[in-house]
This record gives sequence, structure tokens and C-alpha cells, in this order.
Amino acid sequence: MSAVDRRTVLKGVAATGAVAATGISLPAHGRVAKVAPPDAVGLLYDTTLCIGCKTCVVACREANDKKPDTRLSGGLWDMPSDLNGQTKNVIKLYKDPDSPERSYFKAQCLHCVDPACVGACMIGALQKREFGIVTYDSFFCSGCRYCQMVCPFEIPKFEWEKLAPKIVKCELCNHRLREGRQPGCTEVCPRHAVVYGKRTDLLAEAKRRIAESPKKYKGQKKGDPPKVYGETEGGGTQCLYLSHVPFEKLGLPDLSADPVPHVAQTVQHGIYQGFVAPVALYAVLGAVVFRNRKKQAATSGEPGNPTGGAE
Amino acid sequence: MLVGVFAFCALFFAYRFAAGLGASTALNDGYPWGIWIAFDVVVGTALGCGGYAVALLVYILNKGTYHPLVRPALLTSALGYTMASIAIHFDVGRPWLLYRIPLFPAHWNFDSALFEVALCVMTYVAVLWLELSPAFMEKWSQGPAGFLKRTSEKAAPIVDKAMPWLIALGLLLPTMHQSSLGTVMLLTGQKLHPLWNTPLLPLLFLVSCLGMGYAVVVFESALSAGVLGRRRETPMLASLAGVMVPVLAIFTLVRFVDLGLRGRLGLLGTFDLYTGMFLLETVLFLAPAFMLLSQKARSDAGNLFRAAMVMILAGSVYRLDAYIVAFRPGSRFAYFPSFAELMVTLGVVALEVILYVVIVKYFPILSAPGAEAPARTARA
Repeated sequence: MSAVDRRTVLKGVAATGAVAATGISLPAHGRVAKVAPPDAVGLLYDTTLCIGCKTCVVACREANDKKPDTRLSGGLWDMPSDLNGQTKNVIKLYKDPDSPERSYFKAQCLHCVDPACVGACMIGALQKREFGIVTYDSFFCSGCRYCQMVCPFEIPKFEWEKLAPKIVKCELCNHRLREGRQPGCTEVCPRHAVVYGKRTDLLAEAKRRIAESPKKYKGQKKGDPPKVYGETEGGGTQCLYLSHVPFEKLGLPDLSADPVPHVAQTVQHGIYQGFVAPVALYAVLGAVVFRNRKKQAATSGEPGNPTGGAE
Repeated sequence: MLVGVFAFCALFFAYRFAAGLGASTALNDGYPWGIWIAFDVVVGTALGCGGYAVALLVYILNKGTYHPLVRPALLTSALGYTMASIAIHFDVGRPWLLYRIPLFPAHWNFDSALFEVALCVMTYVAVLWLELSPAFMEKWSQGPAGFLKRTSEKAAPIVDKAMPWLIALGLLLPTMHQSSLGTVMLLTGQKLHPLWNTPLLPLLFLVSCLGMGYAVVVFESALSAGVLGRRRETPMLASLAGVMVPVLAIFTLVRFVDLGLRGRLGLLGTFDLYTGMFLLETVLFLAPAFMLLSQKARSDAGNLFRAAMVMILAGSVYRLDAYIVAFRPGSRFAYFPSFAELMVTLGVVALEVILYVVIVKYFPILSAPGAEAPARTARA
């Protein structure tokens, strides 16, 4: 009777323990966080200036050849419930049930400096390209929706009703930028609530506004000092926000300065750095298999083999 | 009956492609992944780890006695992984473009755990069928003259030569992608509940797939004993169960130590769905360990079978939790699988069972009762 002996069990236990130990004490460095390219562009949206006219929503549709979403209005007028498979930009209204506090909020892709979606995409349908814009190329998209799983802002949307669905999200009107024009939404905003520019300029402008009227702006939670959302959140974003209500109420998550893909990719790189570990493991496995099969062929079943043995 | 079930479900296969994902599933922009990923792929491939668990034992720990388990385990693995691959074609929006993944090496994103899973699984399906191919070739080379016979006689020696490297590949690939299935959810960051979100996800997924793989082998052996009148491999499986006890215990211990070190144990003080599920998983993982604690308990075929069932349940619940229950997108979203989703899943499982029955009937997979299992290369 060939039981799995004590030594084998101990070996297994020791190996599992060792891996676990290295996992728990995983170094928090080991992956270099990406920084915004020097020519990074973006948007700055300021809730104190927005009047909720939705001109930007219409302009976005025109700039991107998207039909109005009339599903909620019985086919009468454009009424998107949220960002969706035909809406890349939307204005939402936040209303506090217990106070007169209210705010508009413009939702579109924030074009992360170190985007989770780009890290997730299997063969680069989503890529960060010129001006740091996160672009989408359906030629490489199999529609797996992993980008939707990982985006902390829930930006990428899917054409659920189509038979060859694509991912839909704001690409900062990069087709217009190439022609020297600005994005649809910023071109039409009557109050300059959303403006387009270089990220460094926008950040400086946002900080200037806070310095000018610190009472007007808020931070992440009630009572936090005012901040520019997107300066550091999740490794930083190229689209920035200023708000007169706490950001959490607008649905912007409380993210640390670590890039969203940081932990997962540190683990992934830790295991697969230079493909050394898998290749080494393969060589060892191959050698052990080869040796053991030879041995087993020579003995052709151990004595006392419960399957009958070769005696 | 099985064929009837499959035929009924096949209507929903057609419906999914005719009507699109929006109409046929309950998936939405908040829950882009549902049971087709979480069950068919993530649980399904773990159930397909029987071949991996047995191969580790036979070829790495050098336990030649387990040889009779190799082929049936390989067959369930090959079928399990093939079914998961089919399920992926239902789930993704543009399945005809999946084939661009291997075709564009210049675009491979090595940062993406999902890419690694995709490429590994594609390769592993091929490796599994190749590892199993001697069973088919043995049969065909004894059959009537023709294409199959000629090919088998030509290919058999080549496959035989390559076998050690195939076996090693068959061990490396699951190690890689089963752990990566954990890394996949790590990237969802804050959306994954902190009781599940830990850098140890790859390790926990790897350990749980080994537990499930072993349990599937026990299940299979009992099934073939019950249905096909084969001899039970109880002594063999009992000694294997001895290995599972510490593995299950370590899995649970690692989880608690990890939560402790991250200062998250306090989360278990809140009574909500997440705490409930976490504790249920803990009970399910520890129960088989206690059931198999004594040598006597391990030698009881019925008890062994029940412990294996609980183990399969434990791993399945853990995986479904990590992929669906503990995944928390914005509050506006909810997900419960649609009827069509459930039927497609059922259809895929039915197809798997049909193929298993057919292949076992016509090809030398289950070693004859009482027959010796010479550890010849042809048996690999």
C-alpha cells in the first residue's frame, strides 16, 4: 500500500507556506507608476459654473456620430439615463434629499495617467496614445468587457443591444484635436464650466481658483479641505474636477494616490518578470517528469500496488 | 434524456447569437461578467483540474500507483477546459475576434492577467487533448485500415517522444493560469470587497483549484464504480485525502492571517451578506478537513465521497463569490442570471457529460477492473 507518506505531505505544506509568506510580505514597490506625458491634455470641469444646459451632451453626440438616446422618453427627446453604449458624455444632477444642496456633474472618461483599462486589455484595443488620451480600436476588441470590470469610474460602456457590440467611451475627441479643433463639449459650453487644455495648465488654473475662493470648494468628504479631483487620485487623471459639494456625493470614488493597476501588476510582474520563473519551472518540471517516468517504466508498478501490480 | 436536455438548451445557444447579449442575458454595464464567466469558466476550469492534481502526484511526487487515475482525470480536464472555451464564445461580444489574440504577438499585453489566462487556456486545451491522444490512437490503430489507422500509427511514436515535455507543460500551464484567475480580480481594486481583495488571490485560487481537482477525481472514481461497476480506488484516494487535510487547513489559515495583518478582521464583525459568505466559505473549506481527519474516516468510501462533494462546493462558492457576489459596482446595478444564461450553462454541462459517456464507452480511458496499470509510456 503506497500511502502518500509523511515526507510528501510535509514538502507540500512547506512549499505552500513559503509561497504564502512571500505573498503576504509582498513589496509595495517593484512597479514603476506611469506619469502623465509632457503633452498630456484634458478637461477641467467646475460644478460652480455649470448650469446643466446639456449643450455639451448634444455637441458630444454630433462630434461622435451618436444618435440621441430616446429610450426613456418614449422616442420623443434625448434622455440618456447615464453613460451608455451610445452616450459618451452626460450631465447628471445630484440632489441632497435633506437640504437644498444640489450640483450638476459631468461624466465622461477621466483619461487616467495610469489606466486600469489599458492594463486589462488583452491585445491593446484600449491604449494610451498621443496627448495621453486613452483610445479604443475595435479591431483588437473581442468584447470581453474586462475594461468594464476594472474601471474605478465605471466609464467604458458596452453596446448590449448590438450583434457585433463594441466598447463606447469618450476619447477626448482625438479626431477633432488632430484637425486643430477642441473637443465638442468644451467648444460649446456657454459658461466655460468645462474647459480644454494642457493638464499642467488646467491643474494650475484649478489650484488658482481654490486659492482665490477656498470657501467655495470642497474635498472628498464633508469637512475635508478643498482639492482638485484627479490631481493624484488613482495615480492621477487628465480630466480634473472642482466641486462645491463633496466629491463622494458626485459618485467620484475615494482613491489613494497609488495607480489603480498598481497592486495587481506588482503581483503579475513579481511572478512573470522576464518570464524567468515560468521557464525555470518548466525546465524543472520537465526534468522531474522525465526522471520519474523512466523510474516508473523500469519498475512498472510498485510492489503491493493496489491496482493489482505486475507481480 | 441528456440529449433531450442538450437539445432544449441548444435553442438558447441560438437565441443568444440571434438576439445579442443585451436581450438574452441579465448582464449590464455594472455587472459585465455573470455566470458564463464565473461559473462556466472560473468554476468549470477548476473542476477541470483533476488532470493537474493527478499529474502532480504521479509525475512529480513519483507515485506511479495512481496511474489508473490519470486517463479519466485527463479526460474530465480536457472536457472541462474545452467546455469553458466554448462558454467564452457565448460570453464575449465579438467571439470571432478572439482568434486575433494569438495572431498579434506584437500587441500582447503582458500586464494583463486575463491575457495570460486566455493564451494559457488556449494552449492548455491543445496540450490536454494531446496528452489524451494515445488513448484514441490505441483504439484507432487496432481499428479498420484507413486514414485514422494510418495517422495513429504515424503520430503515436512522435507523441510518445514528446510526452514528458507535454506533461510538464500540462503542469506549468494550470499553475500559471489558475493563479492568474485570482490576479484577474485583483485589478478590480475597490470594487472587490476587502474580505476577498488581497494580493494573495493568485495563491488562494491555485490552492482551491488543487482541492477541487482532487475532489473531482474522487467523484469520478465513485461514479465509475457506481455506474460502470468498476472497482473503487478507495485506498489510493484515502491516502490522497491525507494530503488534502493540511492543504485545506492552510488555505483557511492563510486567509485569516492575511486579514489580520491587513487589519481587516474587524470586517467580520459586521453582519452582512459579505461576512455571511466569507464564514460560509470558511466552514465549507474546513468541513472536509475535519471529515478526513482520521485514517479510519479516510478509508470509508462514502465519507470520502461526501467530503469531496463539500470540497467542490467550497471551491465553487469561493470562486463565485470572488467573481460576482463580492464584486460591488455602483449601487444602481443588480445582477441575477437570466433564464437563457442558465440554460446555456446547463446545455454546456449536458454536452460535457454526453461527450464523457461517449468517449469512455468507445476508448480505453478507464483501466479495466483489476487490470494492472503498467507505467509504460503509452499509458501517460
